[in-house]
Amino acid sequence: MKNALTIFKRELRSYFSSPIGFVFIIFYLLVSNAFFFFVQDFFRQGQVTMRGYFQTLPWIFLFFVPAITMRLWAEEKKMGTVELLLTMPLKEAEVVFGKFLAAFAFLAITLAFSLTVPASLFYLGTPDIGVIIGSYVGALFLGSAYLAIGLYISSLTENQVVAFIISLAVIFLLLLVGIAPVWLGALGTFAAVCEYISLLTHFNNVTRGVIDSRDVVYYVSVIALFLYLNVKNIEARKWR
Amino acid sequence: MIHVEGLTKRYGQSLAIDNISFHINRGEVVGLLGPNGAGKTTTMKILTCFISASSGKASINGHDTFDAPLKVKEQIGYLPESCPLYHDMDVSAYLAFSAEVRGVPSSKRKGAVERVISDCDLGKVTRKLIGHLSKGYRQRVGLAQALIHDPALLILDEPTSGLDPNQIRDILKLINNLGQEKTVIHSTHILSEVEATSDRVLIINNGRIVAQGTPKELMSRSSGTTVYLTVKGDGVREDLAAAAFVKQAEKIADLKDGFVRLALQGADQRDIALDVFRMAVEKGWLVSELKAEMASLEDVFAKLTRG
Repeated sequence: MKNALTIFKRELRSYFSSPIGFVFIIFYLLVSNAFFFFVQDFFRQGQVTMRGYFQTLPWIFLFFVPAITMRLWAEEKKMGTVELLLTMPLKEAEVVFGKFLAAFAFLAITLAFSLTVPASLFYLGTPDIGVIIGSYVGALFLGSAYLAIGLYISSLTENQVVAFIISLAVIFLLLLVGIAPVWLGALGTFAAVCEYISLLTHFNNVTRGVIDSRDVVYYVSVIALFLYLNVKNIEARKWR
Repeated sequence: MIHVEGLTKRYGQSLAIDNISFHINRGEVVGLLGPNGAGKTTTMKILTCFISASSGKASINGHDTFDAPLKVKEQIGYLPESCPLYHDMDVSAYLAFSAEVRGVPSSKRKGAVERVISDCDLGKVTRKLIGHLSKGYRQRVGLAQALIHDPALLILDEPTSGLDPNQIRDILKLINNLGQEKTVIHSTHILSEVEATSDRVLIINNGRIVAQGTPKELMSRSSGTTVYLTVKGDGVREDLAAAAFVKQAEKIADLKDGFVRLALQGADQRDIALDVFRMAVEKGWLVSELKAEMASLEDVFAKLTRG
């Protein structure tokens, strides 16, 4: 665990070692706020709720979160630093977890800057604070699932752009699977399974202000699965 | 300290190393010598637990590289071939990170960083980003991170590649100093480096060890010593060819005033300069040159690696 923290510190610092981290945060705030306040026309709704903000979040995260994870393994592979990293006395799981934690912290920092939105809401009226807190917690779960997927995919390639595009595609599919079968008129078990797999359906519950343990279990499982696959993929270099 | 037994690594169809076995004792400086693609890097990657062998065993201080990688890694300082470093970190932050990952206790970390900065002469660049450093400095940072936890074993993959002659001399000097107290394995395809630093040489070609020994042993083993003789006298060649201590006498050149230059190989590959001298005195030959020359490591290398 101590080693994971060492990796975490290095990776988190790396996000801010160049202007890219800051540019990312500013760009995220611009896009998400523009959607909420102008595209969804918050001011004409006459409701002090962040529901709209969180409804667009899975789609905004779709583009932003793969950008957070794309470099984490791909760059190490391209630069060759992965060789030094993996010949240090660390367990593969510690490295994976450290990288994941750093990406999570960066996402959390980004989301923290968006707290100006609920602050404005409180200035304008009295929104339901429970729903807002719940939605933020849900957003962190959703984002973490994206991060775990993106981190795993980054470990499959040494090209960051490829990592970004494939992560985006996989996450997009996992969102779509929750709505597409219903559009296509699928019924019964198949539709239910699809709906269960989807990252989106579980998040919809969250934006309604309900944090159900089933949704938490779902997100934790997705995260655990992809972190596990990641560890296995890093260990695969040593398979005989 | 290092025991390697029947190590084989296959990449798909191709054999990178083929049934390699060797032992390295504590405190030895061993040069891995071989042409590009011979299997030097693969061997090092297995020793450092970056990859696994397809078959065979390698252990360091009794710890198996496959079964106990963490124990093995703790004892090794490793500089990979292209010296990969995090370009977005400055030198001292990177060394502090290495110290932390390498398990240097926090109370000793600052001291360890200062020690390697002075050992590797990095004082001028501690605050610089690694990405902004010259190749020579980067190489030294790579060495510094390999030394940060004061490991018993150093594995350096082509530590001098891409450096200028002065930088190469500095690095070799550093390796020599380190070799006083540590076990060092370094790979290279530059022979003079091995001669300058190594107690022992392993020559690898096509994934096999084709020769090993001290540089001196290897040089004398190959074609022995050649004695060059420039001489004038009657029946010189015939007399020499008939002498028991000469295996081969070959005329290289006819020189002016009746002198000839000969190259002589001694029987059982020994240095026969003294015998030749005695014979010349006895026969009353005029000698203007008598010189014994050992085969260079280049000759040995060329002979072994060109099949």
